[in-house]
Amino acid sequence: MSTLAPALQQIGSTAQTLRVAVPIAALLALVPLVLPPYGAILLAYGLVMAIGALGFNLLLGYTGLLSFGHSAYFGVGAYAVALMVKYLKVGSMELFLVGAIAASVLITALFGVVCVRYTRIFFGILTLALSQVLWSLAFKFFWVTGGTDGLRVPTPSLFGGLVTGAGDKTAFMSHAYYYYVLIMFCACAALMWVIVNSPFGMALQAIRDNETRAEFVGVRIWRYRWVAFLVSGVFTGLAGALWVPLNGLTTPDIMHWTFSGEIVFMTVLGGFRSFAGPIIGAIVFNYLKTYAIGYTVYWQLLLGTVLVVLVLSLPTGIVGTAGKLAAKFRARSSG
Amino acid sequence: MSLLVTKDLVKWFGDTHAVDHVNFTVRDSEVLALIGSNGAGKTTLVNLISGLFRPDGGQILFRDADVTHQSVHGRIKAGIARSFQLVNLFDQLSALDNVALTIFSRDGKTRNLATLASGDSAVWDEAADILRLFGLEAKARMLAGGVSQGERKLLDVAVAYALRPKLLFLDEPTSGVSTREKAPIMDTITSVVRSTGISAAIIEHDMDVVFNYSDRIVAMHQGTILADGTPDEIRRNEAVTTTLIGTTETR
Amino acid sequence: MDVLLIHLLNSLLYASVLFLIAGGLSLIYGVMRIVNLAHGNLYAFGAYVTAWAIGTVAAGASVPVLLVLLPAGALAAAILGAVLEPTLLRPFYKRAEEYQLLCTFGLLMILEDLMRFIWGPYPLSASTLFESFGSLPVGESIYPTYNFLVIGVGAAAAIFLWAFVYRTKFGVVLRATSQNMRMASALGVNVNRVYVQAFTLGCFMAGLGGAIIVPGQSAVLGMGVDALVLAFIVVVIGGLGSLEGALVGALIVGFVREAGITWFAEIELAVLYLIAALVLLVRPAGLFGRP
Repeated sequence: MSTLAPALQQIGSTAQTLRVAVPIAALLALVPLVLPPYGAILLAYGLVMAIGALGFNLLLGYTGLLSFGHSAYFGVGAYAVALMVKYLKVGSMELFLVGAIAASVLITALFGVVCVRYTRIFFGILTLALSQVLWSLAFKFFWVTGGTDGLRVPTPSLFGGLVTGAGDKTAFMSHAYYYYVLIMFCACAALMWVIVNSPFGMALQAIRDNETRAEFVGVRIWRYRWVAFLVSGVFTGLAGALWVPLNGLTTPDIMHWTFSGEIVFMTVLGGFRSFAGPIIGAIVFNYLKTYAIGYTVYWQLLLGTVLVVLVLSLPTGIVGTAGKLAAKFRARSSG
Repeated sequence: MSLLVTKDLVKWFGDTHAVDHVNFTVRDSEVLALIGSNGAGKTTLVNLISGLFRPDGGQILFRDADVTHQSVHGRIKAGIARSFQLVNLFDQLSALDNVALTIFSRDGKTRNLATLASGDSAVWDEAADILRLFGLEAKARMLAGGVSQGERKLLDVAVAYALRPKLLFLDEPTSGVSTREKAPIMDTITSVVRSTGISAAIIEHDMDVVFNYSDRIVAMHQGTILADGTPDEIRRNEAVTTTLIGTTETR
Repeated sequence: MDVLLIHLLNSLLYASVLFLIAGGLSLIYGVMRIVNLAHGNLYAFGAYVTAWAIGTVAAGASVPVLLVLLPAGALAAAILGAVLEPTLLRPFYKRAEEYQLLCTFGLLMILEDLMRFIWGPYPLSASTLFESFGSLPVGESIYPTYNFLVIGVGAAAAIFLWAFVYRTKFGVVLRATSQNMRMASALGVNVNRVYVQAFTLGCFMAGLGGAIIVPGQSAVLGMGVDALVLAFIVVVIGGLGSLEGALVGALIVGFVREAGITWFAEIELAVLYLIAALVLLVRPAGLFGRP
């Protein structure tokens, strides 16, 4: 190893990260044994969203591209699964995942080609517009997508048919499926961690920080953005595929811009300038939403207000603010 | 031997000839200063050669290959690199990261998204060496956005140097830096450049820097080359002294 | 023949409203270099306020009264804009653009639910005014007279704006600030005031678009985002920051949409995106935009 170890901002060394990640994974693994079934299922939703948010943040936090249309890829994943059930009569989760990934790759590759040539506002609105197109198509072609009624997805079989959903659905979801989601979450988090810490990840951050300079050190901007877009969309599509058996049903609203807004919100809530921010944000948001929806129908108002407040006063989100507080605390106790 | 030759290079901005049929050459292993008042066309010329702008006419030959229509990426691969007048760095990455990223890009390794960057010790070692060359090793772990202006200027050059170019364009490497710091910065830059045998073309306004560090001086005025020669020849050139007196700073 | 004329009129109708929305968006961008993602919801807000004023508050009043109340939506949107700019937008001018986008996106969500809160989830209509205008014969068919009013307002707005921006002192200040904010400031222009005024004007235009269209179609939740997306297509084609571009873009989108609705109903939106994508590929700055 070199005498001067790499110091990528906010991304700790592998050893440091594992020291935190492994205990957390262990704790998560204990959840079905400790919490009632509803608790595990709720957390499963949170972990699924965390995968989606991780994908989203590859674009925002690491590449500097703010997408307002990520609900489209979530929806593509979910509908890919639903359509496989409807037309191919398939029931294996592994096949679902393959189908969702394939569909996500196709759509994000296509959308990416259009969106990635532009930045900032144009990029943002283009992504919003394209997701609205998909949403409206899901409505219009109701004989395929089931329109507003949506499409049902039955309990899938896991690990190539080894574990089936026969029997108590709640028990299945809170145990077998929960562990499946947890494994997928750990795998996705690990994969994303490697990606952002790879030379490719560094190139993305360079593009984010200074597009001109990145070009002048030889990075071909469009290509890298396009690949980032692709990876981002596929992660989110995967999340959609994992979500739909939990929900049992997929409807067009998951492709609506309001859901994109939730993805943006949870990432900003957790802190988009950190790796763990989207994960924390997604899980916290999931709990927030579940309990708040019981209180008020003006969910958008709450979300919007908190987003504005976050951006005005706590732009680094939960993780960033916690980090700053911890640093202050450390300074005070040592000084 | 000519490393770089431009033939009748032209660039219009609206009605103005920013670069007007310029025949500019850079030879092997030389340090050249490009001088001229503001608006003379120096930065435009560098932008044309480095690929930021497309010319409206003329040719650019680098090591006998026609790079006039080459992409920026292609020119970097061919061996042309540059720094910027307004420092252009990756501010949220450390100084070491800035150089390392450049090396990863140079070697085509930025395509790897499945391996950890920290695992490639050859790259990090080389990055550390380059920082040492430029006297920046103490700031290796600091964010590029947080170091002093002089250090940022040097880092900007270090990043361009990390591309292992044959020709390095430096756009005002001492601008915005205090007088005391100018000489050490120029000493560092020229010693690195001369020891590796690469050529450097430096846009400068500070005449002390120009006369003390360059092998050859090219003076531009209103889009054309006014004079081209050694520092002594330029000093005695009346056209140069009359057009540039009072419009360039001499500290 | 008259079918064609009706299509033409429908296109112009659509273009009028789009011009008001997109023109407002472009004006704000041209002067302040910001894109307010909630801009479409100001159009929606204008529609709701006018529908409420005409359809609920003054329901049953005579036509002249209703006409006087028609611009209520525009005024309400303008006031809202004047309040929003100094409070929610100004803090972000010096910060990275993502924050500005995030803030206006939050605003979009707030406004959407605010309208739901005030006026409920069901469409709000104000059709009495529309119906009271009756219809005019166009060849062998008939066409609602009210729509001519809308087209007229759109045309008048275009002319007024052109005069305002290019023929008045304020217009000069506006253009100076948009071209070089620092210079204008150094010359004594109160940039903050210009910004608030420009933003208010842009919001007024959006609100006016909503106000004049609502008698012919109800105010409904979600119309804001739909309008934003369409306005975006208009400025992509015409060029962000250009009023002529907004006009030309609105006309093009108006015609294409009308053609699309007639012949390719399902994919009408997709056809528009196709055109926008083509324009972006060929001339990224738009037909009249500054690259």
